[in-house]
Amino acid sequence: MTFLFESVFNGMSIGAVLLLTALGLAIVFGIMGVINLAHGELMMLGAYTTFVVQNGFRQLGEGWFDAYLFIAVPLAFAVAAGIGVLLERGVIRYLYGRPLETLLATWGVSLILQQLVRSISWQMTLQIILFCLLFFGGRWLLSKRAIAPPWQAWVTPVLLVLSVGIGLTAGLLVGGAVGLAMTKPWFGAQGVDVTAPSWLRGGVNLWGVQFPFVRLFIIALTAVCLVAIYLFLLRSQWGLRIRAVTQNRSMSACLGIPTQTVDALTFALGSGLAGVAGCAISLLGSVSPNTGQNYIVEAFMVVVVGGVGKIVGSIVAALGIGYVNYVIGSGLMTRFLEPQTALFAFFEFFASTSMARVMVFILIIAFLQLRPAGLFPQKGRTVDA
Amino acid sequence: MPKLSQFSFPKDRLSGRELIVVAALALILIFLMPPLLPGFRLDLLHRYLALAIVALGIDLIWGFTGLLSLGHGIFFALGGYAIAMHLKLQVPATASSSLPDFMMLYGVTELPWFWYPFYSFAFAVAAVVLIPAVLAALLGYLVFRNRIRGVYFSILTQAAIIVFFNFFNGQQKLFNGTNGLTDFQTLLGFPVRDAQTQYWFYVLTVIFLALAYLLCRWLTMGRFGRLLVAIRDDEARVRFSGYNPTSYKVLVFAISAALAGIGGAFFTLRTGIISPRAMDIAFSIEMVIWVAVGGRASLIGAVLGALLVNFARSLLSEQFADIWLFFQGALFLIVVLALPRGIVGWLRTEAPNLIAKLLGRPQPLATYPELEFDPEVQYEREVLEQEGK
Repeated sequence: MTFLFESVFNGMSIGAVLLLTALGLAIVFGIMGVINLAHGELMMLGAYTTFVVQNGFRQLGEGWFDAYLFIAVPLAFAVAAGIGVLLERGVIRYLYGRPLETLLATWGVSLILQQLVRSISWQMTLQIILFCLLFFGGRWLLSKRAIAPPWQAWVTPVLLVLSVGIGLTAGLLVGGAVGLAMTKPWFGAQGVDVTAPSWLRGGVNLWGVQFPFVRLFIIALTAVCLVAIYLFLLRSQWGLRIRAVTQNRSMSACLGIPTQTVDALTFALGSGLAGVAGCAISLLGSVSPNTGQNYIVEAFMVVVVGGVGKIVGSIVAALGIGYVNYVIGSGLMTRFLEPQTALFAFFEFFASTSMARVMVFILIIAFLQLRPAGLFPQKGRTVDA
Repeated sequence: MPKLSQFSFPKDRLSGRELIVVAALALILIFLMPPLLPGFRLDLLHRYLALAIVALGIDLIWGFTGLLSLGHGIFFALGGYAIAMHLKLQVPATASSSLPDFMMLYGVTELPWFWYPFYSFAFAVAAVVLIPAVLAALLGYLVFRNRIRGVYFSILTQAAIIVFFNFFNGQQKLFNGTNGLTDFQTLLGFPVRDAQTQYWFYVLTVIFLALAYLLCRWLTMGRFGRLLVAIRDDEARVRFSGYNPTSYKVLVFAISAALAGIGGAFFTLRTGIISPRAMDIAFSIEMVIWVAVGGRASLIGAVLGALLVNFARSLLSEQFADIWLFFQGALFLIVVLALPRGIVGWLRTEAPNLIAKLLGRPQPLATYPELEFDPEVQYEREVLEQEGK
């Protein structure tokens, strides 16, 4: 009986992490149909936000430190959602309806975000701020006055070159004058560690099974996020608009729904959830700029297996994949089998974390042979999927 | 956004002139480059030419057929592993055991059964082509049969690459795990790391690149090529016209995988190591960007893109180690947002207009030329203008 509890709990806790990472994708990919390969990096940004908040609260003293998670979760949501809006307005909105291009562009964004986290320093912040001020400020100023047509085409490139040049040199000069305090990267390429607050350390022992508090917290966080999403999508004004736009964009526009705002909002919601997921994974292990890469493909698989466009599907798929992952990876099956048989050898071969992933992906590909559209396929007849 | 086919139809015949140009370029690469370039650059050129073979395969499936595979690292690595396994079995007579050296570390006493055929050089060479091709055909059949395509295909190939990465990474006893196969000695009795042997590998790489180019050219120029482009632009219509896109896609995917295998084998021969790192997700997406930068649906573009991006990478990372990732990320964005047809596509379509504009020549007309030069239309226009006054 004990091991049943144990396996259900452990499977559920793996599934909860998967679900939390996939929830944002279920919205961005499932509902909007945007392939965002930078989703993992948004998670990573959420994790780094948690790290920064944790350090800030540590300065305040031990009593405050225990409360940092209550600030970190909303802040991680806000940071990731903000970057998400920038990403949607700056890149993705030009690429709606071209999924393969979106995939490549967002991969580019993910590379930039990774390197940004590695090398961001005060000097670099200064450079970025200067560039933005000069470039966007200059464009705003110049847009006020009329410029003769032959020169109009030159405004943006000239401004771009000028502001990049000035921003870079100014940053380098200030960095050279101030020294290491300016040029030292904030995080560096090494991983950083987030310490769980004292009330999340340890665990509770029930029926002979150890339930670590961190895992319980993540399961609770996932549940809260799920309820919040359902309430938002099904009960709120903007949720209604989001559903309307996904069902019929042009009809929604005719009825006065600002579809562009809805796009930005939906994307921000999905990105923000990635930030929350990042907050959760920062509690599980050390966080490095590459962290996002480890989760992204599995998150996509959850959405595909669940059926694109159905959040219910993602929930079932995440829990199912998590459970199978645990059962195979922990070697649970070998307990019930006679040693020295072929089946035993087979399960023993896959009884490790990395080999369990192999098995799970093979099972997923096999599953998609039976149900190409996932567990809960969208109804309707279309030639093009 | 115009469809790609408006400007990317391959010429219908392989002209004699093109053959001569390809042969001349190959001869230049073989005879002129080695004395001209310093050893380090030649080494890089050799590697990138091997990668250009892979890029041709990617162009075939992505540029022409519209299947974005993010898992070509699998086939690249399998080609590399196939030749590396043969090399590892060339155990020197002085060694204490007849097994490859890493196996003793993990206490393997008997050669795993699937290593035996690799004693034969002919088998290893065939495996470089056939193992990736057969695997791709199998995978492609399972995926395309269910009409999984577009981004779903891309995601599945990404999942497949994780399967293979984890598998090769986890099997120390079979493939030396993370460290990969390295420390090669001889091939057919020749020392692998010798400069002379490496030169012959280089010559072979160039020849295979030229052959791969001609193969892709031959595939894409006729009826078959038209079908591939048709599948890319409107698969449903191809199916309704009575063709079965599945078999075509499986075939093209297999050919492209075989090209990746060949590229991987030559790359391995040059670098002297093949490890699961070749199945990194990032590496496979990079292959796509080579083709995108050069110009998809243009075979020359694929080769050019592979060489350009990789040389840019080595130059930039020599100068500023950190900048490369920023630059690469920007490259993805630029190619998608500003230069969707790549360099070759830009040269073919936009560059002539730009030059004409700079020289003050008349712009090509966007409307019907007959209308612009029709005297009657001109007359009516003048009348209208006068009436307006």
